[in-house]
Amino acid sequence: MDWISLILIPGITSLVLVVILLTGFAYLTLFERKMIGRFQLRIGPNRAWKFGLGHPIADALKMIFKEEFIPARADKLLYVIAPALAIAPALIAFAVVPVGPTLNLFGRQIPLQVADVNIGFLWVLAAASIGIYGVILGGYASNNKYSVLGALRTSAQMLSYELPMGILLIALILTTTLGTADGFGTLSLKEIVAMNRPWWLWLWIWLAFPFYFITMLAETTRKPFDFPETENELVSGFATEYGSIKFALFYMTEYLHILGASAVAVSVFFGGWRGPFVEQIPILGVFYFVAKVMVMVFLFIWVSASVPRPRYDQLLRFCWTILFPIALVYLAITAVIVTLA
Amino acid sequence: MTVTETVKGAVEILQGFRVTLTNLFRGQITSQYPEEPAPVYPRFRARHELRRYENGLERCIGCMLCEAACPTGAIHVEAAENDPANPVSPGERYASVWEVNLMRCVYCGDCETACPVEAVVLGHEFETAVYTRDGFLWTKEQLLAPTNPNVVVRAE
Repeated sequence: MDWISLILIPGITSLVLVVILLTGFAYLTLFERKMIGRFQLRIGPNRAWKFGLGHPIADALKMIFKEEFIPARADKLLYVIAPALAIAPALIAFAVVPVGPTLNLFGRQIPLQVADVNIGFLWVLAAASIGIYGVILGGYASNNKYSVLGALRTSAQMLSYELPMGILLIALILTTTLGTADGFGTLSLKEIVAMNRPWWLWLWIWLAFPFYFITMLAETTRKPFDFPETENELVSGFATEYGSIKFALFYMTEYLHILGASAVAVSVFFGGWRGPFVEQIPILGVFYFVAKVMVMVFLFIWVSASVPRPRYDQLLRFCWTILFPIALVYLAITAVIVTLA
Repeated sequence: MTVTETVKGAVEILQGFRVTLTNLFRGQITSQYPEEPAPVYPRFRARHELRRYENGLERCIGCMLCEAACPTGAIHVEAAENDPANPVSPGERYASVWEVNLMRCVYCGDCETACPVEAVVLGHEFETAVYTRDGFLWTKEQLLAPTNPNVVVRAE
């Protein structure tokens, strides 16, 4: 490997990915507001420019030029670095997601993936776990009881829901043993997307999707599991004392988590960039990937428009008494299937 | 929590999803207000308008009954004698000053009822927002000016 394929190509792809994600986030907020508006028989934002396309830009400008405010007796260092700690893992998780097949450009193989880590699954889970630190430290450093409560809830919620999520993912990793040649399976998202598995196995995999989707909602702290924020009981939870661009970073983190979770779920459950005619025209894979992610994002918005927030004890009881046993049973049955097949 | 309760709850949540999805395709029930006129009923009472006869004379005869009837004291009228050679109104007197403070007005319509010559009416123009306090004090000249309110009168 020369330095171009070692440093330059990953550098450029990660730069492009970050730029696309950060602008995509802005228009994701517009998409959500538009869809929520449609769900509520409104039209949503349409004042700035055509179809409201100027709203994200106006919002970004407003956020940047707002007054920076640090509460008295706040832990200044943690208060300032917490938003960065929140957003960095959300971006890092994207590094292992294959956005498309390998392209042949300028006589070089260019993978549409920043890094093909062979433990891609663990990378995603690790990044998701580290992302909690930003929220917890932000809530703690604000010196505000609402913030601390929001942060504590986040930690309990994420730790609880990581269990069923991890177990469901273990079951899915077990199914990859039927797709690899040596029968050992793989943790690399790139190989998981590219491998061929029997059709009946796909049916079994899709059976796990509703449960996985629920854990995704809890992990991204999206509605109906938006307990870190709960504006009607905790004002705004961990973000109460945050304003200006620091609040915007937390806001971005939430949407990047949605995009990240959608991208991983698409790669694991729905074949990532695969679709008709990808072998002939590889760039089509990117469009398939984006389309599938958009469908997942629509699911997120649909849920947030449909389901009210449960009580906090209900959230944890649902996780430990329903979701966790279901995940264990699913894992056991998957193990039997994989052994017999 | 039993299994049947869990299944029942899941079915109920799915029913909720169906409701939201059908609403997604129902289209909007809101109107684009500043561009689309807002419909009002025929007896809707917005700001005052002073009217004229068809020959151009002002209806108001400066009797000050509207000022007396006003529950909030929003109306201020000063009367003056008509010049017989060049009358402003058909009566002996006319209103030299006719002002209404729309910040005090409660749009009750008592001035309308009190007026013996139907000079003052509460019209349909409700877009009276301004940036200064003085802008809410409407004088006779403004109230006499023809209006073109951005409203559609709907059937009662």
